[in-house]
Amino acid sequence: MSLSDVTRGGGPARVIKVDALARVEGEGALYVRVRNNEIRDLKFRIYEPPRFFEGLLRGRMYSDAPDITARICGICPVAYIMGASHAMEAALGVDVPRDIHEMRRLIYCGEWIQSHVLHAAMLHAPDFLGLQDALQIAAANPDLVKAALRLKKLGNDLMATIGGRAVHPVNTKVGGFYKAPSIEALRVLLPEVEWGLGAAETLLDAFSGFDFPDYDYDYTCVSLGNTTAYPIMEGDIVVSGGEAIPLDGFMDRYEEFQVAHSTSLHARPKDGSGPYLVGPIARYNNNFDRLSTRARDAARRAGLGPIVTNPFKSLLVRMVETIHALEEVRRIIEGYRGLAAPSAPVAVRAGTGCGCTEAPRGICFHRYELGEDGRIAKALIMPPTSQNQPQIERDLRGVVEKNLDMADEDLKWLCEQTIRNYDPCISCSCHFLELTIERE
Amino acid sequence: MSGSDVAAHEVRGRDLGSGLAQLIIGVGNRFRGDDAAGPLVGEALAARGFEVEEHAGEGASLMELWRGRSHVVLIDATRSGAAPGTIIRFDAALQSVPTGIFHYSTHEFSVAEAIETARLLDWLPNSLRVFGIEGAAWDYGAPVSAPVAAAVERLANEIADLLAADTGPR
Repeated sequence: MSLSDVTRGGGPARVIKVDALARVEGEGALYVRVRNNEIRDLKFRIYEPPRFFEGLLRGRMYSDAPDITARICGICPVAYIMGASHAMEAALGVDVPRDIHEMRRLIYCGEWIQSHVLHAAMLHAPDFLGLQDALQIAAANPDLVKAALRLKKLGNDLMATIGGRAVHPVNTKVGGFYKAPSIEALRVLLPEVEWGLGAAETLLDAFSGFDFPDYDYDYTCVSLGNTTAYPIMEGDIVVSGGEAIPLDGFMDRYEEFQVAHSTSLHARPKDGSGPYLVGPIARYNNNFDRLSTRARDAARRAGLGPIVTNPFKSLLVRMVETIHALEEVRRIIEGYRGLAAPSAPVAVRAGTGCGCTEAPRGICFHRYELGEDGRIAKALIMPPTSQNQPQIERDLRGVVEKNLDMADEDLKWLCEQTIRNYDPCISCSCHFLELTIERE
Repeated sequence: MSGSDVAAHEVRGRDLGSGLAQLIIGVGNRFRGDDAAGPLVGEALAARGFEVEEHAGEGASLMELWRGRSHVVLIDATRSGAAPGTIIRFDAALQSVPTGIFHYSTHEFSVAEAIETARLLDWLPNSLRVFGIEGAAWDYGAPVSAPVAAAVERLANEIADLLAADTGPR
């Protein structure tokens, strides 16, 4: 990190620079220039090299997409597996039975639990305690860290039990699973799930006592919704609780675009209505009534209403969602009687399909065009961090404007904390860069 | 590809029943040049009958991996600025491990952080010996560089001798 005051003609300019953000996945940087108490320039820069996943998929079989796109991220592989599988199933007209959908929801809950708890307790909580990292939290509150690691392990164990391994599961495919997960192996996890519910509530109660920075924003919340369950892989895309957009209409309304300062594409609504928010707060605001009673009660105890406008409280929302996910885990395991068949039959044909699921960090959208032989002709993936980038910059602008009197070091800390509110997965976001070669 | 592509918990050897809860952990990514150093040392030791696990280096699961083990050896590539192929040695029971030389991108919670967090939580094995091999090239798909390949062989021999001394003749 570096920080400098520079003077150029026209008065002193204050520069806040964070060259390498800590406690986020991937490599990003922040640059803010303030002159005469006005922000002149603000950029959330992503400089990790692009990885060209969409290009890589072209020409490959439909069945390769879940496993290849899962490699976009080691933290949320299930999000990519499920988004790609749903899109392929839509393109090929595959009808996935209810029991397979439930088992998919279960492995996805495992991913939410491990991702949310890692971020909330180990990466985000230090910000609120004035601590540099999880090591200092372990020294200050070893019991909290032990509980968080045990909860994270429960999430990983769920993923490994269903998926064959915790990172990049191998038991999933278009249509369902290679092998039905064992009833017994899942049932032995139930006592740990019971413990986990209490532990997640304890963590939420502890975190609710943090001193949250004073900043609110009237977010345009984009998430899945318009469904009976708290959405993970269900429903349409909804905008701030109102309008519902079917998945295959999403790209008519939203688009990706390039900015010079980021290797990751940004996203925006085509109507010019500005940045929007995806992720825990967007899901929560759009679907509060669909949370379990226990999760809603826990939210109220933590001081959260049905609409959250302070992005720093995403930490609390993650723990509320963890409680809900643990209850879902218990419900699904208790009702599990094995799968009638491990997967639905898949017949190859030409088609176009969209899939969208709620990665821990927000909606992850996939769209594929398949040829008659089942090979991918065109692929498009919009991960959550791409969509959140303009809103991250908007939040940073608001936070800096509100705290211009703060010392540089403190303001820098607050800016980093603002970015970490999003638990941004930078590696996921820079999967694609448009490349034009002109030849004479 | 990321380090996690390599099966994180794939057992590549077997415990010959030494009586010690001994485990060798090779940390790294086989597909990123010299980052393969840890897995390659592990592979050489698995071939000699030691119980070895290959791991991508994510801190929380590393701690889980060595819990319940009394004697653990961990090998990873380092990026400290030393000459390529340089072997460094830490006895984690006796000294703290410097953060920043064992690189891993995911959330900055890596080998060194896992060791120091485990120390604070009283989750360290009785013996945790950490070996690093200084790498030079980290490109996707690149082979390990010559100095690192030589160091892999030297270190595998050194660790085998060390563990034989721990457990007696095998």
